[in-house]
Amino acid sequence: MHRGKGMKFVGDSRIKANHRMPNVPKDYSEYPGKTEAFWPNFLLKEWMVGAVFLIAYLILTVAHPSPLEGPADPTRAYVPLPDWYFLFMYQLLKYSYASGPYNVIGAIVIPGLAFGALLLMPFLDKSPERRPSKRPLPTGFMLLTLAAMFYLTWEAVANHDWEAQKAMGAIVEEVDVDIDESLPGFAIWNGDSGDQAKSCIGCHAADLKGGPAAPKLVGNELTAEQVEDIIHNGRGGMPPGQFKGTDEEAKQLAEFIASLKAKK
Amino acid sequence: MLNKIYDWVDERLDITPIWRDIADHEVPEHVNPAHHFSAFVYCFGGLTFFITVIQILSGMFLTMYYVPDVVNAWKSVYYLQNEVAFGEIVRGMHHWGASLVIVMMFLHTLRVFFTGSYKKPRELNWMVGVGIFGVMMGLGFTGYLLPWDMKALFATKVGIEIAASVPFIGEWIKILLAGDSTILGAQTLTRFFAIHVFFLPAVLFGLLAAHFIMIRRQGISGPL
Repeated sequence: MHRGKGMKFVGDSRIKANHRMPNVPKDYSEYPGKTEAFWPNFLLKEWMVGAVFLIAYLILTVAHPSPLEGPADPTRAYVPLPDWYFLFMYQLLKYSYASGPYNVIGAIVIPGLAFGALLLMPFLDKSPERRPSKRPLPTGFMLLTLAAMFYLTWEAVANHDWEAQKAMGAIVEEVDVDIDESLPGFAIWNGDSGDQAKSCIGCHAADLKGGPAAPKLVGNELTAEQVEDIIHNGRGGMPPGQFKGTDEEAKQLAEFIASLKAKK
Repeated sequence: MLNKIYDWVDERLDITPIWRDIADHEVPEHVNPAHHFSAFVYCFGGLTFFITVIQILSGMFLTMYYVPDVVNAWKSVYYLQNEVAFGEIVRGMHHWGASLVIVMMFLHTLRVFFTGSYKKPRELNWMVGVGIFGVMMGLGFTGYLLPWDMKALFATKVGIEIAASVPFIGEWIKILLAGDSTILGAQTLTRFFAIHVFFLPAVLFGLLAAHFIMIRRQGISGPL
């Protein structure tokens, strides 16, 4: 057994290091108290801490499935919000002295100064003292920064309309609908037999998928009678008397719209 | 048997000194929660690394299903979340791990700060640590876009606008990240994917290696 001493290799091209530092572990005798071997005693305890942590982590994962909103669509309205750990920076940009013409202050200068100070901390605080109470300035600045971060995050969460975000980000179900083009109502909708239905298309869109002012008609849950009533009398934001055709045409149109049920 | 294999390798590669450097050292009493419960604050760094390992593993599994293009990205995440066996768990671990790693890293930073452990001779390790902090924030920012859902798109829009407000080089940073000076779309998604999966992890591994080598070299800081 050589165990690292004087090994001979075939065609050894290594430079001989006769004065190597012995790989003897550092001695902690300068610290008072009981030391413990890292391997395997301490590592086993670390693994136990890790296991407890992992259980909590998995409970969190199972109890709260990760969120997924509807697919990205730049044409839909949305109030953007960053991930929670960027919220304090996001909130900072809402104040008038850190936004608009002063945007650079909120977006770059303040975060840059804070991160730069953190990076250069060993050179800003060069005193040999290590206890927080013996170095009031670094401790004070850090506590102040923590308070500011906590306050800004709190403000961002409190001022955000979570309900609105949920509605704006919701996954819109795509419905699969057969459009029966042989129905007389289809011709009325299309405007083939005059222009009676053009006012429908204006709000409900030519593809029947609705718009900002009107719901989609595909996949509705209404009967022909209910649709006919809505055509004449309106509902919600739809005023009465929008349809300018005859009652017979209204009936045919209602039958067509009521036929747009989602396939089961 | 294992000893014989070890000896066979050791005889050829001289691995005993490497093993000693990594694992054969004493752990002082003041960082051992078995002796002083308050020493649990010294676990934060190790737990941060633990979650980082979980992030790497869960991320590797996510890329088996994830498709980084604008047509399929959201659909692949939706499929992974709702159809794939345990997909919800794997994505959930990656999602919550991203938050937990920030929390644990933040606590670790505060522990090092308030114990004054960044002082001589550990200045370099502190700076590498702050670098890791920055890389982790970057990983969080780039990973947020990848599901390609509403909040991903709009949060990234704001983030890129902030990057664009950097004086002088803002426009370059914006084009580098988004792939275009005006459009946030297909190019942006592939770039964020590449940054999230290749560039930043490569930087992270380098910084972590430096962080750990320095810890082994200097030992943990002494009691206050």
